Amino acid sequence: MSLLEVKNLHVEVEDKKILNGLTLTIEKGQVAAIMGPNGSGKSTLAYVLAGKENYKVTDGDVLLDGESILGMAPDERAAKGLFLAFQYPVEVPGVATMTFLRTALNAQRKHRREPEFSTPDFMKRVRETSAHLGIDAEMLRRAVNVGFSGGEKKRNEILQMAVLEPRLAVLDETDSGLDIDALKIVSEGVNRLRSPQRSMIVITHYQRLLNYIVPDVVHVMAKGKVVKSGGKELALELEATGYAQFSDEAA
Amino acid sequence: MTADVRSIKTPAEQGLAVAYAAARDKLPGKVTALRDDAFKRFDARGLPHRRVEEWKYTDLRALMRDAKPLAGPAGTKPKGGIPTILTGVDADTIAVVNGRYELAWSDNNAHDPGLTIYELFEFLGKNPDYRLNQAPGSDDTALSLNAAFMSGGVAVRVKGKIEKPVHIAHVFTGEAAAAMYPRVVVIVEPGAQVTLIESFYGPEGLDYQVNSALELTIGEKSHVDHIKVGCDGSAALRISTLGVSVAGKANYSDFAFTLGGAVVRNQTFVRFGGEGTQALLGGASLLKGRQHVDNTLVINHAAGGCVSRERFKSVLDGESHAIFQGKIIVEQHAQKTDAKMMTRALLLSNEAEADNKPELEIFADDVQCGHGATVGALDPGLKFYLMSRGIPDKEAEALLVQAFIDEVLEEVAHKGVRRALMFAALKWLGGR
Repeated sequence: MSLLEVKNLHVEVEDKKILNGLTLTIEKGQVAAIMGPNGSGKSTLAYVLAGKENYKVTDGDVLLDGESILGMAPDERAAKGLFLAFQYPVEVPGVATMTFLRTALNAQRKHRREPEFSTPDFMKRVRETSAHLGIDAEMLRRAVNVGFSGGEKKRNEILQMAVLEPRLAVLDETDSGLDIDALKIVSEGVNRLRSPQRSMIVITHYQRLLNYIVPDVVHVMAKGKVVKSGGKELALELEATGYAQFSDEAA
Repeated sequence: MTADVRSIKTPAEQGLAVAYAAARDKLPGKVTALRDDAFKRFDARGLPHRRVEEWKYTDLRALMRDAKPLAGPAGTKPKGGIPTILTGVDADTIAVVNGRYELAWSDNNAHDPGLTIYELFEFLGKNPDYRLNQAPGSDDTALSLNAAFMSGGVAVRVKGKIEKPVHIAHVFTGEAAAAMYPRVVVIVEPGAQVTLIESFYGPEGLDYQVNSALELTIGEKSHVDHIKVGCDGSAALRISTLGVSVAGKANYSDFAFTLGGAVVRNQTFVRFGGEGTQALLGGASLLKGRQHVDNTLVINHAAGGCVSRERFKSVLDGESHAIFQGKIIVEQHAQKTDAKMMTRALLLSNEAEADNKPELEIFADDVQCGHGATVGALDPGLKFYLMSRGIPDKEAEALLVQAFIDEVLEEVAHKGVRRALMFAALKWLGGR
């Protein structure tokens, strides 16, 4: 069974149709890149998978392990192993990063009827990962993302991903706003998390990120559906030709 | 032509007139002239209502339906002690039960030698020079009612550094609704240091009435932290007037924490009479059901070079109503005043209402003054972010509300009190 099956998904946001019969399959352990021009529905797909409000599914289904997740609240989806790395991570004033991580991890474990993490085990897990990502103890004590630079926010997303150990991570334009050094740190963080037990959907507008996170497959989206799929070489092809051909095709 | 628009008295106003006539000669203390004068002033104005600007949002004429009989004797101290949310706070407790000082309920054996504690009227008898009812805000109509009916209270003189907080616990023990009018006088000598707690407790479901007043005199270079904890019963009406005179170079903080009561008004009048004082006035209200809580503040910078910060937050669920009125007055000669006021309300339901009315009256020309006010719901984007990490709906809300309210609770200087208030807030959130 595939880990994720998106079947003929139609989605409206504020009465505007964004996804038009999107079909997509992600296998276990697979890293899939989703590329496409602005407005093709990439971020909408990410939000619909995570369960954001006001994204109205008018047709189709999304199956995780063969089970529809469309009726599930965002926290239930997270407990099932879904993780969204936000394009624009939100600042959470007054909630320390460490508290946030522990609350989230233990809430997920509670939902899955697993025992809560002991404090020393939890601290160990956070410290190991944060060191790789260049996140110091001071940042962990501060409120989530408050006063963080763009790069720090993206690194914090990857830290959360590492701590929460999802089975399917959706990275929504994780490269946006990053300079080349930050891009390397973030990509290395992601690559460390690649495993046969973990699938990833890497959403990006540019091919650049895919030099660092090399995908198994590339899907091209235009006008709310997947219009072409191929191997990693498809990304390079797109870099040369641009997206114009797909806009025409879908029109 | 001046029409007498106050000719029709409400049942409550009529009841108060009857009660005053009956009680006048039986009330304690030799202050009948002051009582008569205060009642006359009240009677001329009647209960404050929405056309009185200071009471615009707390229409006492509508909210106070009747006058209750004066509360009876205290009875014996309950076995479990005085109810409190301040568990774990080691304080010297002074009990004011049913509006009167109760020695038998208080910790009087071991209190700090720097404290001198008297029953109110005993204090007034021994200190004929003390000018009762002259604290800032003494013209207020609700305070006039307290002055007329003063049922008792306590006077505390503070010298030197007091280690344990002084806790004035106002408790109502009656089994039927009643009214009480306690008056507390606290005089902090120059250079003294004290944490002063006032708390208010009463039974659930009884529509008892508390009209309390605290006159606080803060001497030069002293350090006073005053914390008011409102845990009244769900049907109670409480009006608490706080009049504070602050001398120069003092450090003064005030915090009003309100959880209980059907109708609560904390009105605080502060006058800075000497230069170089620092003051922090804050508050947190956690409201649900149909609770109505009004924090009204008048800060008079009558001397220059004082810094005041006002930071109030409220969290509103159900059909509750929170009011913040904050007026900062800077007198003409009070140059180099630095005053900033912030108030924020968080609405957890569509039916809740928050009214914020900041006012600045500045007559000096070299000052820094400002104010800000926000009212809003929880940010759905923020909640989604938390939920997307696996935190369930209610827990995500609680985490965000806790963060919101902790920001002001963190300003409570006394660690034990701060922790107790944070815990009470957490418990409130858990009970939503």
